Formats: sequence, structure tokens, C-alpha cells
Amino acid sequence: MKNSLLSIYEKEATKKVLASLISIAVGLLVGIVVVVIVGLTKETITGQGIWDGVRLIFAGIFSTGRDAAGKLTWGYNPQSWGNMLFRAMPLVMTGLSVAVAYKTGLFNIGAPGQYLMGTLASLMIALGIPSETVPAGLIWVLAFLGGCLAGALWGCIPGLLKAFLNINEVLACIMTNWLAANLVTWAFDASNFKNVVENTKAGYIYKTTFNGVATPKLGLDKIFPGSQVNGGIVVAILIAIAMYILINKTTLGYELKACGSNRHAARYAGINDKRNIVLSMAIAGALSAGGAALYWLSGNTEFYWSTYQSLPATGFNGIPVALLAVNNPIGVVFTAIFMAMLDIVGQQLTGYTAYNEYITDVIISVIVYLSAFSLVIRMLLTSKRKAGATNVNAEPTPEEKSAQEQARQKGGEQA
Amino acid sequence: MTFLIQQTMLYAVPLMIVALAGVFAERSGIINLALEGIMIFGAFIGVYFVYSMQKFDVFTDAARAGDWLTLQGLELMAMAAAAIMGAVFSLLLSFASINLRADQTIGGTALNLMAPALVLFLIRVLVNQNTLMMSTGDAASWFMLKKSTFGIDKSTDIGFLGETFLNKVYLATYVCILLFIVLSVLLYKTRFGLRLRSCGENPQAADSLGINVYKMRYAGTTISGALAGMGGFVYSLTTANCTANGDVAGFGFLALAVMIFGNWKPLNIAGASLLFGLFKCIAAAYSSIDINGDGVYLLAELGISSHLYRMLPYLVTLAVLAFTSKKSRAPKAEGIPYDKGSR
Repeated sequence: MKNSLLSIYEKEATKKVLASLISIAVGLLVGIVVVVIVGLTKETITGQGIWDGVRLIFAGIFSTGRDAAGKLTWGYNPQSWGNMLFRAMPLVMTGLSVAVAYKTGLFNIGAPGQYLMGTLASLMIALGIPSETVPAGLIWVLAFLGGCLAGALWGCIPGLLKAFLNINEVLACIMTNWLAANLVTWAFDASNFKNVVENTKAGYIYKTTFNGVATPKLGLDKIFPGSQVNGGIVVAILIAIAMYILINKTTLGYELKACGSNRHAARYAGINDKRNIVLSMAIAGALSAGGAALYWLSGNTEFYWSTYQSLPATGFNGIPVALLAVNNPIGVVFTAIFMAMLDIVGQQLTGYTAYNEYITDVIISVIVYLSAFSLVIRMLLTSKRKAGATNVNAEPTPEEKSAQEQARQKGGEQA
Repeated sequence: MTFLIQQTMLYAVPLMIVALAGVFAERSGIINLALEGIMIFGAFIGVYFVYSMQKFDVFTDAARAGDWLTLQGLELMAMAAAAIMGAVFSLLLSFASINLRADQTIGGTALNLMAPALVLFLIRVLVNQNTLMMSTGDAASWFMLKKSTFGIDKSTDIGFLGETFLNKVYLATYVCILLFIVLSVLLYKTRFGLRLRSCGENPQAADSLGINVYKMRYAGTTISGALAGMGGFVYSLTTANCTANGDVAGFGFLALAVMIFGNWKPLNIAGASLLFGLFKCIAAAYSSIDINGDGVYLLAELGISSHLYRMLPYLVTLAVLAFTSKKSRAPKAEGIPYDKGSR
């Protein structure tokens, strides 16, 4: 009995993975179709150019540039691989942020704002505490924790509004995003951390190395020479494992999930739903801000402070990362690395073909679109396996039911 | 004062029409979170339409000769193009949420991600830069209605009303207001409107009376897409000098907030968007607003940071949502995929 249950569970998990893989495949396919159509309609792009574009979309991570004859060359490119891990680092964190909130039934589109608040706090601390008196390692820890705290507080705002005033968290998150963008610009505008030493770099904040603070490399620069990668990716993966344990093995995680499945039932069972909604958003905020802290404390990154007109894409990309991983914290690590790979692919496209990096954003958006009805894909996968045996009048599967429940609840709770 | 009213109108009218777009979708039972994305897409289509039409001699000659009727025709055609493509783009959302019963929030978010990516990709491929502009001239010289357009001398004073509503305005603004009225009547005073609204309240009951819920929801979302696409182009025409760069600065989301604040009712929405337009206008142009015309720029002289003024629209939105959320009444069935089999 136990074995058969286990195998069913495994099947469900495989179906989830399969649905994600199908989404990825279709996303890449759409990307290729766009590349081909654009290539055919523009005279400046040759057939060879189209072929190069298609190959780079699939295998851009293995690209090593062009040789003297102008042909694309392939092989292991340590710089690309290292940079992929480096870019995956904040994506793991924002992906976790969206995933954890989603477990509580909240759609955290506020990750960009929380990311910005994390940037603000961690950079302020890393540059503000003089490294002559305080050891740099301690400053790093303080800056990281300070960033997380700032994000947690910022994430609380939509959480509180949702829990006590029943305001749609999506709207509240978007408003707080733009507030954060303005607030960060204002704070850095008033600060004296603007980089005035290097005249060529107008509008940037000092690198944290200016104060001797930087994430240790942990030997990763030996494996991936020439890249930006550092120990932050290890921290991010450890946090992902911690989140997995929190969600699946602790009482708190159970309570968060219970609130996500049915807020009212959870309250009936004695769970403080309001506290859990706020807590979930706070954790989500801390994770997103932690990603920002890891990124900006790297020592080789510079923050453009006049950011009031735009929101960081890293925050928004947490959404596809989480959706693709079906909100599984461990899965988030892999999908984040995949997204980072697409990012590198985009760079290769811009560098070596007539196309540009935005095609990868198109691919990502198609993947998100498909994951909106991944349930349908999963159901299709099921019905294919036992074709002919489907009973129209059968009770919906628990999963279907819970999805319907959730949808119903969402509708009822619209602010 | 004239300046203040005109600037407020510039922001309020696109907000109003896009908020109405939201109403059409939500009244039929679909949460259209993709308003922002559709606006971005519509803005691109409209600007690209103008950009490519400017290559034809008919329009360049008209611009040189001051033949404003032809130019206004071009403006209207661009609005129509933006509306049509906005509607087509929104079909992605309707298909996912009506036929495939997908999560509407995620579907909308996907469209919001897709629009700027697609638009930026195309702009980069088309003109090899990040912003698509008109190929010659600017919005003011081509499309703005001025005193000289009507053959009145610049120095003639045509009274407060004339100066405010006929000088330095865009036809698009008035078309939007007209459409807003017509569509509000459509939604509340016709059989079609009643049926559409019933699908957002109780689709099962509507279905039992022979109304095709799927069709009605498609209609609601498509009208919504058309209005949002047009609103996007009007926004870029009147406030961004007819340029498209894959961004409307969160305007679609502000429109959603206006819709909720306006309690899903057209008249309230018109009022709400005027209020938001005012704050948006203060944020954008606080230093050149002369409220009572005595040459004193009060808001600039208060010495408050420009950052605070820019935060105002969002702060006000949050505050207003906080105060009105208890009273607000959303369509009952919005966000719930309609399933014929369920009761």
C-alpha cells in the first residue's frame, strides 16, 4: 500500500516536471519562430544569420564567440558558465520569494520593490560602516542581514494591507514597488555614496570594494576563470534548502500552506490566518532583499541609483522562476540557473548576431503564459496515459478541486 | 489654471478609458491584470503605424500644407490600429482564461512580461535603438490642435473655455471621452450590457437563461483589450510625444486601482481618474504649475523634494484603497473560470 502511494506521488511529481519541460520547449520554439520570421522579413539578415540565431538560442551557453572566418565556435566557456551562476544567485532568491508567498496563496509581484529596499539597506550599511574599525567580514554579515530586514519590513506592507483591510496584494505590491523605486532614488540622492572618484561613471554608487567589503570567492573563480561568480551562489542554495525544510517539515510551514489552501478553513482550525499572511510576505520580502544584498555585496557590481523610472528585472523574473519550479524551493535553484542561462544566451545573441537580448524575455513570457495553464497540460498528460478510461462524471482529482477552490476564494476576496 | 486643467486631462483621460477597459473585462468575469501590457503593446502599434504612414507623401504634404483634417484622420487611424491590435493581443488572455480555465492572474502577468519584451525586441530590430519615435516632426506639430489650426491668430484671446479646451489639445482626448460615454451607456442601458454584467455576477444563472457565457466573456475581454490598446497609444501620443519604449510607467496598474476605487462604475471612475490625473500631473509638472495665475509657483516654492511629489500618486492610491476597500463591491464571479459542469 505504501509503495503504491509512493509511486503515485512520484508520478505526480514527474508530471509536474514534464509540464514545466513542455512549457520550456514551447517557449524556445516560439523564440525560434520569432527569430525566423524577423530574419525572413528583414533583408539585412541572411539565412546564415537566422541559422546562427537559432543555434545560439538552444546552445548559447556553449558559444565561445566567432573565429577569424566569422563562423560560430563552440566549446566550454568558463566565463559564460561562471556568469550564469552569478546571475542565477539573485534569481534563486527572488524565485524563492515568489514561491514562498505563493504557498500562502499570495502572488508576490512586489519582489522588485523588496529587491530595491534590500539594495538600499545593504549598500548603505556596507559603505556606511568604516572598515578601519569594524572587520570587513562582520560588515558583510551586517549588510546582508540589514538588507533582509529592510525587505521583510517592506514586504509586510502589502501583507498587512491584505490581512487587515483585504486589499488585493497584487495592487498593493505594485504601488509599493514604485514607492520603493522613488524612495531608493531619494535616499541615494541625499547620501554621499555617489561615485565621484571615477569621473566616467556618472550616476553610480561606489562598489562595496571601496570600503573593502566583498563576498569571498570560495575558489569558484578558479573553476570559472574570468567570470563574476562568487560564494553568494552557495549562500543562495543553502537558503533554498532551508526554505524547503521550513515549508515541508515545520509547523510554521504547514500553517502557511494551510492559509494558502483555504484561509477560512485554516482559521476554523485555530490557525491565525492574519499573522501568517503578514509573516509569509515578510519572509518573501526578506528573501527578495537577500538576493539584492548578495548581488550588490559581490564587490564587482555597481548600482545605478537614479532608478525611479524603472524596476529591477531580477525581481520580476522571480515570478517565472517560481512558476516554472511549481513553487518547489529546490526546483527554484534549477529554474533560476535555467533563466540565467537564457540571460547569457541573450548576451550572445546581441554580441554575435543581428538579434538582441529581448528575445529571451519573449521566451520567458511565453513560458509564464504556459505555466498559467500547466494544470491543463498536466491533465492532458494524465488523460493520454489512460486514454479511453476517463470517466466524465468522475469526481475531480484533489488537485483540480483545490485549484478550483483557490480560484473561487480568490474571486471572493477581491478587494 | 488652464495649464493645470490641460495637464490633468492629459493624464486623466487615458486613465479613465483604460479603467473602463478593466470594467468591461471584470464585469464579464475576467480579471484583466494585463492592462499594462496591452497598453504598452497598443502604444507601440499606434506609434509604429504613424511611423510607417509618415513615409507616404500624402501625409508629409499634408503636414507641410497644414492640412489638419488629413492629419487628424491619421491620428484616428492610428488609434483604431492600436485598438485592433490591443484586442488581438488580449485574445491570448481570453483564450487562456476562458477556454483553458487558466489562472487569470498568472495569464495577465505573462502578457505584462510579454508586451515590453516583444515591443523592445521589435523596436531594436526595426530602428536599432531603444525608443521608437516618429520618423519626422513631433506630436505637437503634427497632431496638436492649436489656435492656428482653426485660422485664429496666436495673440487673440478666445476666452477661458476656448483657451483651455480648444487650444493646444489633442482630438484623441475628446474621442476617448465620447467613447467613454457611449460604452458606459452600452454597458448599463442595453440588453448586451445587462447580459455581459450577468456573466460577471452569476454565470450559471446567465447560462441557464440561454446566454452564452463564453461568448460574453470573450466580448468583455476583447472590448477591454481594444480600449486598453487605444488608451496606451493615447497616453504615448499626449504625454510621451508619440514615442514607444516598452513602458507606460505603471499606468495600467494605476488604472486598475482607479477602477477599484471607482467601485466598477463608470461615473465614479471618471471622478476617480480626474483625481489621479491631478496627482500625476502634480508629480510630473509641479514646478511649472501656477494655480491662480499670479505668477507664484506655489508647489515649487514649498521646498518639498521632487521625489515626494513623484511618490504622491502611488501613496494616494494606497491610502484610497485602504479607506474604500471595505465598501468596494467587486463583480461576484470575477477571477473564477466558468465551468459548465459545476454548480
